[in-house]
Amino acid sequence: MSNAAIVDKRPSALRGASMPKWSPWAIAAGSVAVAIGISLVAGFDSKIQWGLLSGLIFLIATYGIAARVEGRRQAKDRIATGLVWVAFLVALIPLLSLVWTTVSRGVKVLDIYFLTHSMGIVADAQPGGGVYHAIIGSLEQVGLATIIAAPIGILTAVYLVEYGGRGRLARAVTFFVDVMTGVPSIVAGLFILSLMLIFEMEPFGFAGSLALAILMMPVVVRSTEEMLKLVPNELREASLALGVPKWRTILKVVLPTSIGGITTGVMLAIARIAGETAPVLLLVFGNRFINNNPFEGAQQSLPLYIYQQYSQSAGENTAYDRAWAASLTLIAFVMILNLVARGIARWKAPKSGR
Amino acid sequence: MAKRIDVSGLSAYYGSFRAIEDISMTIEPRTVTAFIGPSGCGKSTFLRTLNRMHEVTSGGRVEGKVMLDDENLYGAGVDPVAVRREVGMVFQRPNPFPTMSVFENVAAGLRLNGSYKKSALEDIVEKSLRGANLWNEVKDRLNKPGSGLSGGQQQRLCIARAIAVEPKVLLMDEPCSALDPISTLAIEDLIGELKDRFTIVIVTHNMQQAARVSDRTAFFNLAAVGQPGKLIEIDDTERIFSNPSVQATEDYISGRFG
Repeated sequence: MSNAAIVDKRPSALRGASMPKWSPWAIAAGSVAVAIGISLVAGFDSKIQWGLLSGLIFLIATYGIAARVEGRRQAKDRIATGLVWVAFLVALIPLLSLVWTTVSRGVKVLDIYFLTHSMGIVADAQPGGGVYHAIIGSLEQVGLATIIAAPIGILTAVYLVEYGGRGRLARAVTFFVDVMTGVPSIVAGLFILSLMLIFEMEPFGFAGSLALAILMMPVVVRSTEEMLKLVPNELREASLALGVPKWRTILKVVLPTSIGGITTGVMLAIARIAGETAPVLLLVFGNRFINNNPFEGAQQSLPLYIYQQYSQSAGENTAYDRAWAASLTLIAFVMILNLVARGIARWKAPKSGR
Repeated sequence: MAKRIDVSGLSAYYGSFRAIEDISMTIEPRTVTAFIGPSGCGKSTFLRTLNRMHEVTSGGRVEGKVMLDDENLYGAGVDPVAVRREVGMVFQRPNPFPTMSVFENVAAGLRLNGSYKKSALEDIVEKSLRGANLWNEVKDRLNKPGSGLSGGQQQRLCIARAIAVEPKVLLMDEPCSALDPISTLAIEDLIGELKDRFTIVIVTHNMQQAARVSDRTAFFNLAAVGQPGKLIEIDDTERIFSNPSVQATEDYISGRFG
């Protein structure tokens, strides 16, 4: 395509020929049709192959048509837009498929009875039973882990941002926080397990909380650190210049300014540990009955319940259904936490209203 | 109530870099002293040494003496927090606390330093806002966020916040550089009123402003980039702007500098 050809199509120097607004949709529809046609002829039977093929055809067709009609620069623009859309759709597929599968299979047994009863003496192959004991266990274990990890994590971040500077201790702490971020959950579980074995203890809920706290702490430190760094230095100086001591400045100016972000960070950390299975499997062990005491005796937890229902189902659909319903419960649990976090962040965010 | 500042042999450092060198001057109570000079000559740094805000910057370090009446701010055992209650500061950019209302912003210095009765607090807040010429504009929206005010109002809010703790000296670091001419005029009028009660030191890049508001003017300069800034001369404003004793001052003021 020569340059002159492009210039000739333009009515003026400032207005180029442009494709109509609906053209991307038309090209998309055309590419899907062509892709299905090719697939049927070539004998591809996987829908994923159809999708990828239509994506590819869409990109090539967009570039070809746009380059011919609008010129090469606009074609590049369109292909970049197209790539973003294709990537978005590709990323959306697993998400939608996961949500769809969980919801459609989970609602089968998810009802008030399921949420308010434990497995008790219901055998895995029998229908009935519920998830109440696992919800109690998850709430207690995650709650205790948060009570341990959130204050330590937030205080560590306050030290790093407000006091540590670039000192040796601060750098060492940052390094170990980075290392802790990379600790696999099973290793955290094994660490607590080794302590339990030394003191000859039986599995109990709080042991799981300890392992979860180890996993949660670095996430809280990292997110809180970033939030504190966002607080403008001018606010700290303004407070110090009023003769307010540093610790009160942090308590009354810095933390309130960033509380929304810190809450969001803690909530996301909770969401991350709520789905941990490995340390819970080692330390909490699992229980078919309701155990309200996290400090004595084995407990249940949602991710562990899902795993056990699945692995001990012996091919019975009732156990599968319970595993899916528990998955849906867990997703809802995490989602409610996220919504609460967003609510708090919005409510506490510095206001600019007039 | 206002106090005299007497600086002798003061140098300030950022790490190993010496930002200002061997500055001595006397600032009389109930006067407005303006600091002028090119960017990077250490005016702001010097201002921040007067209420020990310089050492808040990492690596900040000061040598020399700053006497507030007869007490050395850098003497052994002096608490920087106590110094900052005596010597208040207003910054270049208005910086009201975003989580607080107008009322809470003004009351912040008192509230964060101890407990006050609500009625006493209300009196002080009203007095400070009137002192900052802001009361009539905000009296109906005391419970609205302070960040919702206009830039000029925010800066006057910051001045109200600073004078609410009844300091003896008020430092202002280019308080009008982010404001429009009308807000600047409001702040300059305010400075004229405040000088009956406080010793005021103001850093400004605007020489007309220095000529308008100040009684005394100090000219700072630096030999070259990377060299420490120095005090060239300090004299009555009228004299500095009509007949300065140093050639460099005249060059700077008349725009022949550099």
